[in-house]
Amino acid sequence: MASAYLEFIRIRFLTMLAYRVNYYSGIVVYALNIGVYYFLWKAIYGDASQLGGFSAAQITTYVAVSWMARSFYFNNLDREIANEIRDGSVAVQMVRPYSYLLVKLMQGFGEGLFRLLMFMLPGLVVVMLLFPLSLPAEPWRWLVFFLMIWFSFLINSQINLLTGMCAFFLENNDGVMRFKRVLVDLLSGVVLPISFFPGWARTVLEWLPFQAIAYLPGSVFTGTLNGPEIGYAIGVQAVWSVALILPILLMWRVARRRMFVQGG
Amino acid sequence: MPAIEVERLRKTFRVPVNRESLKGALLDLFLRRYTEIVAVRDISFRIPEGEICGYIGENGAGKSTTIKMLAGILVPTSGRVEVAGYVPWRDRETFVRHIGVVFGQRSQLWWDIGVIESFRLLRKVYRVSEADFRRRLDELTETLQLGDLLHRPVRKLSLGQRMRCELAAALLHNPSILFLDEPTIGLDIVVKTQIREFLKKLNREHGTTILLTTHDLQDIEALCSRVIMLDDGRIIYDGSLEELKERWSKGREIRFRFSAPVEPSGLAALTEGLPVRWTAADEESARLWVPREIHVADVLTRLVGALPILDMSFQETGTDEIVRAIYQSGSASVPAAGTAGDASSPVAAAAGDAQSVTAEGTPVSVAVTAGDARGSAKAAAEDAPAPAAPEDGGEEAPRKERQTEAQVRG
Repeated sequence: MASAYLEFIRIRFLTMLAYRVNYYSGIVVYALNIGVYYFLWKAIYGDASQLGGFSAAQITTYVAVSWMARSFYFNNLDREIANEIRDGSVAVQMVRPYSYLLVKLMQGFGEGLFRLLMFMLPGLVVVMLLFPLSLPAEPWRWLVFFLMIWFSFLINSQINLLTGMCAFFLENNDGVMRFKRVLVDLLSGVVLPISFFPGWARTVLEWLPFQAIAYLPGSVFTGTLNGPEIGYAIGVQAVWSVALILPILLMWRVARRRMFVQGG
Repeated sequence: MPAIEVERLRKTFRVPVNRESLKGALLDLFLRRYTEIVAVRDISFRIPEGEICGYIGENGAGKSTTIKMLAGILVPTSGRVEVAGYVPWRDRETFVRHIGVVFGQRSQLWWDIGVIESFRLLRKVYRVSEADFRRRLDELTETLQLGDLLHRPVRKLSLGQRMRCELAAALLHNPSILFLDEPTIGLDIVVKTQIREFLKKLNREHGTTILLTTHDLQDIEALCSRVIMLDDGRIIYDGSLEELKERWSKGREIRFRFSAPVEPSGLAALTEGLPVRWTAADEESARLWVPREIHVADVLTRLVGALPILDMSFQETGTDEIVRAIYQSGSASVPAAGTAGDASSPVAAAAGDAQSVTAEGTPVSVAVTAGDARGSAKAAAEDAPAPAAPEDGGEEAPRKERQTEAQVRG
């Protein structure tokens, strides 16, 4: 059975490869985003050497790396699920001997893997040529970073599964999905590192899963988190990825009972 | 052990009701109101292994909902369902290995990849061994003539080609039960025939139990030893197709062509005393409806010498007509076994009266009376579901034609 799930990763990877134009435009969009934020942060820093625990060099690296990480953990699983529920093709998925949600997760992973290899790595080279980045010298920090963005993918996808499944309960869950997207981009630390938020907001955000998606791996990579803090960061990610399983299963159980196949 | 066993199966859906006006829409935002829609009402049946069973009914009768419960897609609201020894919705992941499902209106193949790649993926999903897969694929490729389709992407196939591939995809893991939801919808006659032949062969050689829903009664005639008819979520008939025809078709029609003009009033006089019914299309042709209990010979002996018969043909009531009549009657119960003669309710008696008036030959008023009888029969059926009127299916078509004829005359 595991080989079937691996097959889903492979096929999604190949399907992504088939849409080449998306691929090239994707690289440009990511490079543009990084460029814009680079100049924005340069202006914000001005002469200041340190803000919110980040040096000017660190913040540039943080921006570049968190966008790169985003290319890996980002996916449209929520939209895919909502569409399948809306057009009724979820019925077809239910007559297959596999877990629907796990298959979706695998497809998301295939997509992430594609972007990691085809966007992130070549993109990183391009960005390094354009902007002064300070990449960590220690090989273990790279390893920890890759472990952490794996968790990022997991947590983000789990949140997507939850928002996607809302389509079982709402006639139209577009609003929920848009809300979630803004929430994740804003509160995960891609746009603004969590340490830049005011104290009270930081306390709130530390209790939400979003920071585990982008802020924690970015901070470890740039070196603002060190020593035992790294272990703690990974722990937070692990706890969230386990904790989110429960609401997903609960929601799925309820959804199964209320499933309504559209269009006969 | 029967392949499919269903007991008092029920499915209700909760559907939001939208209130009218702006105020209503605002109220809806905070307090939704719902109504319960009963799609399947406590149905029971069992299908033994190796049977091909047709599941028919009007749109919205609950056919697809039943199939979806049997296939493990929907969870029943109440009742018991067991397919191949499993409770479909509870043991879904193990259970679905034993069944194949084809939806005529949805593709199960992956849109972007080649057919063969979809098949390979299914092989892994169903954990079919490479050797079994090869053998099965060769067999299916040959019988469904898939040879040159295998390497094309699904989105480039025509509907007929796709449907053959869908069938193959549903059978790669050699399921013992096959569910088909309108498998021949939108297909041309050649592909339809091909698919019917294939299903017959499959049933004969592998003993596959098949349950199919369809609107094409030729599918049923070609394939099914048994028919279950559904109306408004209830089973209104369960039995063989022959029996259905016998019960509902209560006679046949004889069509005459005359070599010389014949007076319509003269025809009625010839069959005086027999419960038959004449419809004169014009002076040189006529149709005679003969109930099943009357021997054709008795009627013909009176006619053959007396009329200048040029040509004569017999018309059995077709399945299409019978089924249409049943759908239109809206009767929620199985028709009474007898003919209109042994009417068990006043409404039925009215229908019977209408019929006897017909025999006397006053076409215009008859058409109206019969229509009224049908209307009240339906109303009665809605009020009290128990003893509904036996609606005469075989009568339906002549009655319609007569109505138009009356209009022409008027």
